[in-house]
Amino acid sequence: MNFDMSAFAIASPEVFLLAALCTVLLMDLWVAKGAPLITYLATQLALWATALLVLGKSFNSEGAFITGLGGMYIVDGLGDILKISILLISSLTFAYSRKYLREQNMWRGEFFVLGMAAILGMMIMISGYNLLVLYLGLELLALSMYALVAMQRDNSNASEAAMKYFVLGAIASGLLLYGISMLYGMSGSLNIIDLKAYFQAQAGLHTNILFLFSMTFIVAGIAFKFGAVPFHMWVPDVYQGAPTAVTLFLGSAPKIAAFALLIRLLADGLGAGQSSWSQMLMLLGLLSIVMGNLMAIAQTSLKRMFAYSTIAHMGFVLLGVLVGTEDGYSAAMFYTIIYALMSAGGFAVLILLGNRMSDPDNLDCLRGLNDRHPWYAFIMLLIFFSMAGIPPTAGFYAKLSVIKVVMGEGYLLVALTMVVMSVVGAFYYLRAIKLMYFDEPEESTPIVAEVDFQVLFSFNGLLMVILGVFPGVLMGICSIAVSTSNL
Amino acid sequence: MIGLSHYLVVAAILFAISIAGMFLNRKNMLVLLMCIELMLLAVNLNFIAFSHYMDDMAGQIFVFFILTVAAAEAAIGLAILVVLFRSRRTINVQELNGLKG
Repeated sequence: MNFDMSAFAIASPEVFLLAALCTVLLMDLWVAKGAPLITYLATQLALWATALLVLGKSFNSEGAFITGLGGMYIVDGLGDILKISILLISSLTFAYSRKYLREQNMWRGEFFVLGMAAILGMMIMISGYNLLVLYLGLELLALSMYALVAMQRDNSNASEAAMKYFVLGAIASGLLLYGISMLYGMSGSLNIIDLKAYFQAQAGLHTNILFLFSMTFIVAGIAFKFGAVPFHMWVPDVYQGAPTAVTLFLGSAPKIAAFALLIRLLADGLGAGQSSWSQMLMLLGLLSIVMGNLMAIAQTSLKRMFAYSTIAHMGFVLLGVLVGTEDGYSAAMFYTIIYALMSAGGFAVLILLGNRMSDPDNLDCLRGLNDRHPWYAFIMLLIFFSMAGIPPTAGFYAKLSVIKVVMGEGYLLVALTMVVMSVVGAFYYLRAIKLMYFDEPEESTPIVAEVDFQVLFSFNGLLMVILGVFPGVLMGICSIAVSTSNL
Repeated sequence: MIGLSHYLVVAAILFAISIAGMFLNRKNMLVLLMCIELMLLAVNLNFIAFSHYMDDMAGQIFVFFILTVAAAEAAIGLAILVVLFRSRRTINVQELNGLKG
């Protein structure tokens, strides 16, 4: 059998990231011993170089998708945009984490090495065009994440969160695998392109019991990874228990990878069964929006509140995908990218307010932020406005485009629920804003942050307005990306 | 004669046992880890049965990867369990209730 190493050229960004990961790991052992700043800078450099490699390749492909490695790997516009956003958002979260890691005695190289392994997993999930490759990418992401959550070894809450995350994540992988084994048994192939051709040729898919059976398992597995109700139990516990720097990373980029998994498996591979899976997604999405927003109101922990708001936001993404049109996919993609940016900014404020003595988690830590530092309060206001979906922020446009698509396909009641629950959701965001602007501060310690943190945090908040006023740029990129992929 | 459907039924029963084990078990964390392994083995049986029946190697290769990943997963799971035991002095499932709200 011939094996040509040049076949790996299609995965050159991933190969580069893997090589960089190994180099950074070795550097952390010998060169950067006791000085993790070197490891941190090398990680940032590797992420940016990988992003440039992805960008360079996407100019060469001239708007068409290419598959390689025996049809197991796909490079298309959708994947390139998602990969670049994952790399840049992860780089942003690592920059935020630096302050937290230093203050909580976690300033070690492992955080960045495990983070890079997780990013590699996400990139493989995005580019995998074979069920085995998708599964391996998913596990690489999940295993690195379990280790990251448990990194603070003397923190009993973090260990508990890691254990819950591990058990529920393993169940999700098991469900997904069971569904995959059934798909393999039906179609006789693991390549998504063959699956797609096989199911398109089948008549009466929506009454095929075996197909519905395997699809249920696959949807349940994906919903676990998304954290959609009723598979959401792990989200609040893991968000609250994990160290804030890990929650920040866990809550942003992996959502983009979960979106890619949803698109590759359901929209692409099982696209012929759209009428069946869209009903399941509708139920999951509606339950997530209702439960997420209602439960978030009752929270006193800011991390837990963000966790329930994540569940609600993921409901919007699922509802955007369910219509099964290119407009729907690009609206959901826009929503996911905007959500990852908002979530990074939201957790960054917890890092900003923390110091060596305290690791804040309670809503009360926001009290009187305006008196302590008006500019940070303003940036946080923009991020909360964007999460609540108030114009002219990006969150408003993201919600609007999803609702427009859902209404355009005639799901009026679904659209109505989305609007009503957005109003309910606005309550707890506005309560946080009230705490920042109208309450007296509880502590008067000055808020210290390094220059790069200040610049990135300000940029993150202002980006919400810039993308809200000029959404056409990112939205255009998203719709071009979706139209050039093999959907 | 033992056919494909017999293997699939055994795999489905094993899968159901593993899920039931996770929900019924209220005492020991280690039993949960064993249930996770059983779940993956049930999937493996499915893959092998399909692979043999269709005379296609891809399913058996998938099984090798699942076994490898399961080993890595067990290693991480046990490591987390050790960390948890050090801070809590218990691995009782019911006492994992520090996080709620």
